[in-house]
Amino acid sequence: MDHFPTNWGRPRNDTIDPYGTYPIHQRPKDAFSTGIQRTQHPIVTGTSVLAIKFKDGVMMAADNLASYGSLARFRDIQRLHPVGDNTVIGAGGDMSDFQYLQSILDELMVDEFCASDGHTLGPAEVHNYLSELMYARRSKMDPLWNSLLVGGFKDGKRFLAYVDLLGTTYASSTLATGYGAYIAQPLLRRAVEGNEDTLTKEEARKILEQSMQVLFYRDARSIDQFQIATVTAAGVHISEARKLETSWSFAEGIRGYGAQTQ
Amino acid sequence: MEHSFASPSGHPQPHQRHFNPYSENGGTILAIAGANFSVIAGDTRQSEGYSIQTRYAPKVFRLTDKAVLATNGFAADGNMFVKKVRQRLEWYRHAHSKDMPIRAIARLIQTMLYARRFFPYYVYNILGGIEEDGSGAVYSFDPVGSYEREACRAAGAAQSLVQPFLDNQIYFKNQTPAHGTSHPAHLPLDHVLELVIDSFTSATERHIEVGDGLEIYVVLAKGSTPQVLDRWQGVTEMTTTQDGERMFVIRRNLKRD
Repeated sequence: MDHFPTNWGRPRNDTIDPYGTYPIHQRPKDAFSTGIQRTQHPIVTGTSVLAIKFKDGVMMAADNLASYGSLARFRDIQRLHPVGDNTVIGAGGDMSDFQYLQSILDELMVDEFCASDGHTLGPAEVHNYLSELMYARRSKMDPLWNSLLVGGFKDGKRFLAYVDLLGTTYASSTLATGYGAYIAQPLLRRAVEGNEDTLTKEEARKILEQSMQVLFYRDARSIDQFQIATVTAAGVHISEARKLETSWSFAEGIRGYGAQTQ
Repeated sequence: MEHSFASPSGHPQPHQRHFNPYSENGGTILAIAGANFSVIAGDTRQSEGYSIQTRYAPKVFRLTDKAVLATNGFAADGNMFVKKVRQRLEWYRHAHSKDMPIRAIARLIQTMLYARRFFPYYVYNILGGIEEDGSGAVYSFDPVGSYEREACRAAGAAQSLVQPFLDNQIYFKNQTPAHGTSHPAHLPLDHVLELVIDSFTSATERHIEVGDGLEIYVVLAKGSTPQVLDRWQGVTEMTTTQDGERMFVIRRNLKRD
């Protein structure tokens, strides 16, 4: 919107520029439409994040790739980030926006620590903070281009919820962002729904590893190196980067696409 | 996807990708007013496109002891709107030491929606509860604040499936009463609950965005007896005050496919 009436064409009111002498090239430029870069699009992106609830807490998985379009640009990026002692967030979407969020959350935790009022922010508070932030940014038409999972365990309670660039939120015992929502979510639901209180840590890890493997086979923006975050009463633990075990021997048997003689 | 357009100078200029600040999260809500009660219901599925985001995301919210708000449309807007309405109601309580009457809540919602006329909350609201004269009330809104008081209203994904059913069963549209009889102006609670459940099971069958769970809020006027609810399963009382209106929620499962 141009807020300078002189740019609107002939003034409708003679009290403004009564003789139409204000030269066009000297008219003030609209500071709102130029200068400020708002709506962007994601540049360096992360793909799916998966998370499930299990008996003792919450487990989250994400691979280590940050893509630049279809180029596998950064192959050792960490997409799981601890926030305080009870929370972990995982991000898909724009990685620079995610790193900006990390700095905001780290600063928030320092502020809360300095208040030293005997309170700490748990996963529910972190999720609510993020949802307000993401919704405020989308309302300014200047979104942070991410899909985030927030998981945690505090005061004997598990927490797992989602928030994205529109400020949309929801909670569930299994969550997946990006392609994971199509490919992994059905697998996670079959394995977890109804078993949240009986699944062991080992079983939960196996479910996530299998889902990450399926994703690596089908999602062209994924990589076979990933990390798993576990949040229990003992706190947040983020594993070292691990390699997925994959098998491509079946490809030998495929006939009909390429240059085989028979 | 990224597009390039040739500018008059012949150089391709990057085109700003359009950011759409809205989404549509499915689901359906419904409210029916009786003579001395009000029923407000909504399913609990939240979806986007063909994906179910979660099987339990409430769309019906208790505002006061005698007012319930159901929201449908863009979930992020809906949640933020409910948060802001609740904040305004809390301020009202601090200023006047009482709950805002439902007709005033309805007008408040209109002004709050219209305040965002040029960047609307993409939400259809239905407000249900008990009026100060003890009658059951339903107010329905469009996203920019037009509203009216009605006896019943359905909104959301399956509005087009449910509303005609309600027109027929509540307003008795296209029905002629038998000789010497007339249609009742208000239906009993039992009957209304049957209609609500039938509406949602049918909408679940025919609409992919409806299902998973059903939450039915029942608000009873002062002095009315809740015995009718005894024959219903899964009833939880939400009343917080003595000898005022009473509020209940009935939770049921809907098909998950």
